[in-house]
Amino acid sequence: MIAVFYIASVVAIVSTLMVITRMQPVHSLLYLIVSLLAVSLMFFVLGAPFIAALEVIVYAGAIMVLFVFVIMMLNLGREAAEQERRWIDISMWKGPVILALVLLALMIHVLHGGNPGAASGRVVSPKEMSIALFGPYLMVVELASILLLAGLVGAYHLARRDTDNKEQKRS
Amino acid sequence: MIGAIPMTHGLIVAAVLFALGLVGLLVRRNIIYMLMCIEIMLNAAGLAFIVAASRWEQPDGQIMFIIILSTAAAEVAVGLALVLRFYSRFKTLDADIANDMRG
Repeated sequence: MIAVFYIASVVAIVSTLMVITRMQPVHSLLYLIVSLLAVSLMFFVLGAPFIAALEVIVYAGAIMVLFVFVIMMLNLGREAAEQERRWIDISMWKGPVILALVLLALMIHVLHGGNPGAASGRVVSPKEMSIALFGPYLMVVELASILLLAGLVGAYHLARRDTDNKEQKRS
Repeated sequence: MIGAIPMTHGLIVAAVLFALGLVGLLVRRNIIYMLMCIEIMLNAAGLAFIVAASRWEQPDGQIMFIIILSTAAAEVAVGLALVLRFYSRFKTLDADIANDMRG
């Protein structure tokens, strides 16, 4: 169980190193997803299973989908299909797949190994965390909701199309 | 501490990830890469919190991670909307193009 932590951290560091050295944004997104999955496995080993699930769902799921969406939107045009053919080349997804297979082997090992938090002192259960979150930390929930609402309104305002046209007409 | 992983090792991993994100942020000039590196840095900060939570066996660190998570979600939504506006105006993703202001 201790080795799982170190192997996962090596995978995380290697894939993060690949993120900042790739030239195509889609390639580094693949490595970034692998890095987030590795960090999620580290959370699981450290006795935070709920946070590990949140990391996969929110970071590797929602935020990375946003990135992919924007990258695909920016590459509209005739050369997009040819570019996509170049992206889906075996030489580029070989690396992320190997790292992800290492993570898969680690995850199967952890799930077969009995209690998840053996490498840390004690597993902090989701129930315990929720009691703390909605008890003494209730203000944090309110602040997060206000922050997310502000982010929603800001993103909607910034990405609106008609303000874009108005500004282009003015300038 | 009952656990077998020393707290220092977890913090070292978090620091290395944070440093990689910082280096990427300083080196790369593509806005999408800069946003990705900010995500890496936020994630490394969250890892440090989880390591601390595992060390003291309290749920407080995990709650701090939830704050970081919602901050990252809001930040990436606004940031990617800005990237779309930037691209529609300048037709490029180079951050150095936008270094002059028109008041």
